[in-house]
Amino acid sequence: MTILELIRTTATDTLVALIPIAAIFGFVQFVALRRPIPQLRSTLVGFGFVVVGITLFLVGLQLALFPLGKSMAEQLVGLATPGSGPGTGGVAGGVDGGVSGGMAGAVAADVEVWRYWPVLAFGLAVGFASALAEPALMAVALKASEVSSGGINPLYLRIAVAIGAGTGISLGCFRIITGTPIVPYIAVGYSIIAVQALRAPREIVALAFDTGGVTTSTVTVPLVAALGLGLATHVPGRDPLVDGFGVIAFAVMFPMLTVMAYAQLGQRRARRATRHTPVVSSGQEA
Amino acid sequence: MVGPVLAALGADLRGAVRDLVPIAVVVSIFQFLVVRTPLPDAGNVLLGAVFVVFGLAFFVRGLQMGLFPIGEVMALGLARRGSLPWLIFFAFALGFTTTIAEPALIAIAGEAAKVAADGGAIEATAAATDGYALGLRITVALSVGVALVIGVVRIIKGWPVHWIIVGGYVVVIVLSPFAPSDILGIAFDSGGVTTSTITVPLSTALGVGLASSIRGRNPLTDGFGLIALASLVPIVFVMVYGVIR
Repeated sequence: MTILELIRTTATDTLVALIPIAAIFGFVQFVALRRPIPQLRSTLVGFGFVVVGITLFLVGLQLALFPLGKSMAEQLVGLATPGSGPGTGGVAGGVDGGVSGGMAGAVAADVEVWRYWPVLAFGLAVGFASALAEPALMAVALKASEVSSGGINPLYLRIAVAIGAGTGISLGCFRIITGTPIVPYIAVGYSIIAVQALRAPREIVALAFDTGGVTTSTVTVPLVAALGLGLATHVPGRDPLVDGFGVIAFAVMFPMLTVMAYAQLGQRRARRATRHTPVVSSGQEA
Repeated sequence: MVGPVLAALGADLRGAVRDLVPIAVVVSIFQFLVVRTPLPDAGNVLLGAVFVVFGLAFFVRGLQMGLFPIGEVMALGLARRGSLPWLIFFAFALGFTTTIAEPALIAIAGEAAKVAADGGAIEATAAATDGYALGLRITVALSVGVALVIGVVRIIKGWPVHWIIVGGYVVVIVLSPFAPSDILGIAFDSGGVTTSTITVPLSTALGVGLASSIRGRNPLTDGFGLIALASLVPIVFVMVYGVIR
């Protein structure tokens, strides 16, 4: 498919996808609130921008982020298994691949995970860097520090989230490489989160649950999904259908864990500080 | 109106570039230091990156100009009127419509359909893959609608958020052995996919507006948490979709 055709079909799909929003908003505005739409012109221009924006973005995904995620997976796996792929990346990782690689190695059960360190390091780095630079997260961090009246340091909070996102993506890659089922990871992860949620300060709990969603931005989600699918395609013995998804789930889960851990740390420190203050002040009085 | 819009669009372009820079840096470092060969198909990737940057900028600006102002006014207006049936209808409609248009979900559903077709889980025809992708998107959109309804009722009744979340994940873990293995990964991922660009700001506006218009509710603890629900309920719904498909 040429780029122009891709743009045309994507634009039609986008327009169709947006019709329900327009219909509902019009309905609620006129029937429930019985008011005309304020600033109709800028609303319509904005709607047009959204159509153009989603279209360009989806085309860009097909051209850049999906192939990039897949070819990074292919190349980094190529480093780990020198025998299987002599030409590390001559072909674009996107369209081909898959079937042959997945089936051929089905016997090779014993995976030496340490060989795949470049993949794990890449997952860690991508998750950390993109979460740290995520604008939505900066906004949430600032709001959180305001509400906690300075108790939460916005930079530390962002670092906590970034560590969580990096570890999550890396562990998601680890799961695909080893081909282990996803449910035990999720069960253990959320059990820890549940225990933390019962102990951490209440306002942090809601915040922590939301940061999980915030880190998985529109840019990282496709890249990380493609990385996972690429891994499942090229690691011998893995099947994209069964193993390929699930990395995003980890990228959502881990920031909750690290954010609450950070909050609990802060809480403990604060408690210790209040315990010590009277001693200090009485000392000064004396 | 043109001047300020262009200026804002310029700022959004810079923002979109900033979104991509960390990924570009990490990929370059790994490409040059670890892989040590040039990136395959670099021309298309660069062109695509330009598309992504412009797409994000237009998308974000369009949301700011069009959807968010009315969405917020509506959320606040309905929250103040306090009519429960309207609130529930609006919460559901908001969740469903914003999710069906969510670009990340469109992309992931398409990819999931391709993988399912390659793996032989569905027929490898255009009609079958399109149908599967659309089915997935509708399932997730329905689930986000339901999630926002639960979230709104929760805020009104004042149920604590963590019990609902913990209970929800217990349901997820109990259900998961019954779901086919080829849907599990997608189910867990769909939770993260739903909560991106359009859904988060609008549902946060609804939650915060609702919590600040009911006495005795704290916008911070009650207003948030809608997003957590919106990433939990889709897991359950997609698992069920995998069973009955």
